[in-house]
Amino acid sequence: MFLINCPYCGERDQQEFKAGGEAHIERPKQPTELSDDEWAEYLFMRKNIKGVQFERWNHAHGCRKWFNMVRDTSNDEIKAIYKMGEKPPAQ
Amino acid sequence: MRNKYSVFSLIKNALSYHENWQRAWKDPTPKKEYDAVIVGGGGHGLATAYYLAKKHNMNNIAVVEKGWIGGGNTGRNTTIIRSNYLWDASAGLYDHALKIWEGLSQELNYNVMFSQRGVMNLAHNLQDVRDLKRRTHANRLNGIDAVYLSTEEVKKFCPIINTSPDIRYPVLGGTLQRRAGTARHDAVAWGYARGADAMGVDIIQNCEVKGIKRNEDSVEGIETTKGFIKTKKVGVVAAGHSSVIANMAGLRLPLESKPLQALVSEPVKPIIDTVVMSNAVHAYVSQSDKGELVIGAGTDDYVSYTQKGSHQIVEGTLNAILELYPIFSRMRMLRQWGGIVDICPDASPILSKTSIKGLYFNCGWGTGGFKATPGSGDLFAHTIANDEPHKLNAAFNLNRFVSGDLVDEHGAAAVAH
Repeated sequence: MFLINCPYCGERDQQEFKAGGEAHIERPKQPTELSDDEWAEYLFMRKNIKGVQFERWNHAHGCRKWFNMVRDTSNDEIKAIYKMGEKPPAQ
Repeated sequence: MRNKYSVFSLIKNALSYHENWQRAWKDPTPKKEYDAVIVGGGGHGLATAYYLAKKHNMNNIAVVEKGWIGGGNTGRNTTIIRSNYLWDASAGLYDHALKIWEGLSQELNYNVMFSQRGVMNLAHNLQDVRDLKRRTHANRLNGIDAVYLSTEEVKKFCPIINTSPDIRYPVLGGTLQRRAGTARHDAVAWGYARGADAMGVDIIQNCEVKGIKRNEDSVEGIETTKGFIKTKKVGVVAAGHSSVIANMAGLRLPLESKPLQALVSEPVKPIIDTVVMSNAVHAYVSQSDKGELVIGAGTDDYVSYTQKGSHQIVEGTLNAILELYPIFSRMRMLRQWGGIVDICPDASPILSKTSIKGLYFNCGWGTGGFKATPGSGDLFAHTIANDEPHKLNAAFNLNRFVSGDLVDEHGAAAVAH
């Protein structure tokens, strides 16, 4: 359990948030041209990093807005939070 | 020569004050080269090594473990064993394991305390009732014992359950698999380790894998904290850390690693002689031979390798437990812990070859791997030895995420994931 600083609402209990998985997975621009392998890569394959990971979160029980988070999955330390569409911080 | 455990060895060692028991397994330094190396010394990894040596005559093999054997999820689960899965592929896989469990203590000459006390799954709404009835029929068609119970029969089988219609999630019925039950988790790891060691398998603890060396498309060996080990076959059985190993080989897996929690109470006299699982409210409980209530909670929804979970998960589980079992209202919890579970999108495991020759993965068991330990080891050993899957694990290949032929047990198995 940890505190998350929602870029819209400020610091709230993690219980208010929903994790949305790995961030910056781009939706295929030409879905009809994708091979099965590319679909599998897009839909299912994940980096699942032990260490610093970029992920999406949703303030489900608050403003309900999505945002991005940089978090160390080995100790749950939040490194940075930035809005959707913003450039990820350099690591 | 490995001494056999028996009542006579017990008496003999009692006479010498239990000071002369033989070591259960050696503590070898790694050789330069092995025919195969298993990465991960949990139950599944040790079982894989055991069956590679026993059934496939591969004795020049090693198990490398970064901590101590059985110190990961093998020692952290709630020890439930059952095979009442919905789909044919899963039913085949888990019942194969259950059949091995039934003779495992004798086979290993090690008491794994397998106890067929039954597993009961509860239904709390009409959809649960329909799902559980459907699963009962599917189980029977696959030759797996299953019965559907009415609310009264649930109460009769486990009298401490609150079956009042007034509770938030009333018990509308349930299913029972009588052949299901529990086993002593540590003993499973130790029994397989001792059995594998006796056949010449090197069990190397405190040896972390740092890299996988490959020559284009085939494996050449592994870099470890105890040096380079040359081998043509690497079987990775690293549970929550499978993706970490896969990343070393440049592979991506369809896994997310999340904390799953469990807790035990103070020990009390026998009060619940079966295992009761509730899918809808996510609470399951059994009682250990020491008398502790063993309670399983759910997973957190974010990726984490911290082996601890959120408090609200435990709180939600205990709320459900208290409503279902008011008698536990004054129990005190003794310990709580987390394990890192590797969850597949379809909540079914992967026992598979990969695009790299000689590299095999056994992962994705998610929240329910313990029950499959013997079957998983047996089938993964077959896959490694023959470079081909056994027919029982053919459906659990990595390619199913490309073909779309998923084994979708999400919510269809007896417990929510």
